[in-house]
Amino acid sequence: MMNIRNLLKIAIRALVRNKLRAILTMLGIIIGVASVIAMLAIGEGSKKNIQDQMSSMGTNLIMIMPNMQMRGGVSLGASSSMALKMSDVETLRNEAVYLSEVSPQVSASGQVIYGNQNTQTTVHGVSGEYLDIRKLEIGSGRIFTSSEVRGMSKVCILGTTVVENLFGEGADPVGVTIRIKNLPFEVIGVLEDKGESGMGQDQDDLILAPWTTVQRRLAAIDYINGIYASAVSEEKSTAAADEVTEILRRTHKLKESDEDDFRIMSQSELLETVSSITDIMTYLLGAIAGISLLVGGIGIMNIMFVSVTERTREIGLRMSIGGRSRDILRQFLVESIIMSILGGALGVVFGYLIGTVAGTLMNSPVVVTTQSVVLAFAVCFVIGVFFGWYPALKAANLNPIDALRYE
Amino acid sequence: MDNVIIEIKKLRKDYHVGDVVVHALRGVDLQIREGEFVAIMGMSGSGKSTMLNILGCLDQPTGGDYFLDGTNVNSMNRDELAGLRNRKLGFVFQAYNLLPRTTALENVELPLFYNPKMKSKERLERAVNALEAVGLKERMGHMPNQLSGGQQQRVAIARSLVNDPVLILADEPTGNLDTRTSVEIMELFQALNEKGRTIVFVTHEPDIARFATRNVVFRDGRIQRENMVTDRLFASDVLLTLPVENIEEFEN
Ligand SMILES: Nc1ncnc2c1ncn2[C@@H]1O[C@H](COP(=O)(O)OP(=O)(O)OP(=O)(O)O)[C@@H](O)[C@H]1O
Ligand SMILES: [Mg+2]
Repeated sequence: MMNIRNLLKIAIRALVRNKLRAILTMLGIIIGVASVIAMLAIGEGSKKNIQDQMSSMGTNLIMIMPNMQMRGGVSLGASSSMALKMSDVETLRNEAVYLSEVSPQVSASGQVIYGNQNTQTTVHGVSGEYLDIRKLEIGSGRIFTSSEVRGMSKVCILGTTVVENLFGEGADPVGVTIRIKNLPFEVIGVLEDKGESGMGQDQDDLILAPWTTVQRRLAAIDYINGIYASAVSEEKSTAAADEVTEILRRTHKLKESDEDDFRIMSQSELLETVSSITDIMTYLLGAIAGISLLVGGIGIMNIMFVSVTERTREIGLRMSIGGRSRDILRQFLVESIIMSILGGALGVVFGYLIGTVAGTLMNSPVVVTTQSVVLAFAVCFVIGVFFGWYPALKAANLNPIDALRYE
Repeated sequence: MDNVIIEIKKLRKDYHVGDVVVHALRGVDLQIREGEFVAIMGMSGSGKSTMLNILGCLDQPTGGDYFLDGTNVNSMNRDELAGLRNRKLGFVFQAYNLLPRTTALENVELPLFYNPKMKSKERLERAVNALEAVGLKERMGHMPNQLSGGQQQRVAIARSLVNDPVLILADEPTGNLDTRTSVEIMELFQALNEKGRTIVFVTHEPDIARFATRNVVFRDGRIQRENMVTDRLFASDVLLTLPVENIEEFEN
C-alpha cells in the first residue's frame, strides 16, 4: 500500500509540473460550473421577481369579466360585454361565502387635464373595497365614502404616475380639482407607489373614482365592466371561483347547455400561468448552461486527449520503477479530484459574481439555489474526474514497456 | 559470489503485427551469477532489447521460464512484478526517460515513493546519495532540459540505484553519448559492479562491451555465442588516455 501522503505528494507534484494543463482543465470546469450557476440564478431570480410582484397584487384576487363571445375575431353582438350588472355584485356580496370583499369595476379612459398639463389614463370606477382587494394603499388624503359613491360625487384618487404627469414628482395635489373628460373632479387622495408589474406594466398610471360616477358621468352605461373580489384565503380561491360560477349562472338564468356569459380569473391561476412561462425561461437558460457545461466538458476532454501521449509515457515510467496500476490510478484520481474541486469552487464563486453583475444590470434579483450549485458542481466534478482519470485507466493496464513506447 | 541471480530457460517472445508473427526471441537459455557485469551484443533486431525488457519485468515472455533470485517470475501477478521492479531491479533506458519539468532530485526520488516503508527523510537522503554517487549532487535542483545527455543518463542511473537493487539493467545506456561520456558511464558501472552489484547492459559497440566481465552475443533471437572478457578494459585507465573534449567537463 502506498500511503496517502506519498500519493498526495505525487499527485500535487504532477499537477505543479503541468501547471498549464491543470489550469486549462480547471478553466473548463470553471466555465461549466459558473455558467450553469449564473444562468439558473438569473432564471430563478426573474421567476421570483415576477411571482413577488404577482402576489403583491393579491393572491386572493378573483376577477370576473364578461365572456366576450368571439367567433373568427368578431364580437357576437354588444350584449355579451354587458353581461355583468351591479346586481351581480350585490348578489355575490350577499351569497358568496368564500368571498370576503367584492367591488364593481367600470373603466373609462380619456384625457385628464390640470392647468396646462394633460395626460391620458384609465379611470377605474370602483367601490371602496377595491383598494383592499388590489392591495392598494392610500399615500395621502383619503378614500371615497359610501355616500360619495351613492351620490355619484366627482371625487378621485390618483396613481403616482398621474400625479407626476400633471403636477410633477412628489407634489401633493389633494384638494385640487382636475378635469377628467372635461368634468371637474376633486382629488381626495393619492395612492402609494406600486411600481411595475411583473409584466412590465406601470401600475401607478391610473385614477380611481366612485363606480357610480364613472358609470353614469364618464362611460354613460348601465352595466359594469368587471367585478373584483378577494377570496377568503388563497387556498379557497378555487372554491370561491366555483361558487361564483354557480351563483352567476343561477342569477343569469343560464340553461345547462348555455356557456358561461362571464369569465373568472383568479390570481393564483394567473400565477400558475406566469410560473409556467418563467419555468420555460429557466429551462431555456438551463439548456444554454447545459451547452456551456458540455463545451467545458469537451474542453477538458481535449486537454486530456492531447496530453495522453505524454501521460501514458509517464505512466509507463512510473510502472517501470515499481508503481502498481492501482497506485497510478489513484494518483490520477487524486489529481483530477483536486482539479475538479478547485475548479468547481472557483466556478461557484464566478457563477455567483456573474449572476450578481447580470442581475444588477438587468435590475432583477438573482437567486443562487443550492440545487443549481450542487448540480453544476456534481456534473463538472464527474466530467473532470472521469476525463482526468481516463488516460490512466487505459495506460495503467498496459505492459510498462508498451506504455513507455506509446505514441 | 556464485549465486545464480538470473536463470532463463527456453525463453521465447513473439510479436504479432497484423497477420505477421515476429519471433523476437526463439528459445534463449542464460544464467547470470551475482556480481557479474554482462554486456549483451548483437545486430540490430536480434532481440537484445526484448530480452532486457523481459529481464527487467517490463514485458512478459511468450514462453519459457525466468527465475529471478530464485523465484519464477512467470507465476507473479502485475502487482508482485511492480514490487519486484521497485525493490530488486533498476532499469536504465537509452532514452533516459526522466520526467520532464521535474528536478534531478525528484526524478531520483521517484522509485522510493512507491515503497510505502520509506520515510521522507530517508527518501531524500538516499536520493542525494545516489546523485552524489553519479557525481551530480550540485545539479540536483536542475530540470532534465538543463542537463546534458550524459548528465541526464547519470540522473537515470542514480534513479536506478536509489532503491539499492540487486540487479541493474541498462539498454544501450551509452547509445546517445560521445566516447568520453560513454566511458564515464562505464566507469560508474564498473564502480558499482566493484561494490558487488550485478549489471546487465546492451551495447552495439565492441569497445564498450570490453568494460564488462562477460559478453553475450545475440543473433536472430538466439544466443550466438558467450565469452568471458579476457582483455577487460578499466574505465578509469581509459579516461586518462582520452582527451578532455566534452563541453560539460569545462562547465564543471
Ligand atoms: N513492440 C513490438 N512489436 C512488434 N515487433 C517488435 C516489437 N518490439 C520489437 N519487435 C521486433 O522484435 C525484434 C527484436 O527487436 P529488439 O528491439 O529486441 O531488437 P534489438 O536487438 O534491441 O535491436 P536494436 O539493436 O536495433 O535495438 C525485431 O525484429 C523487432 O522488429
Ligand atoms: Mg534495442
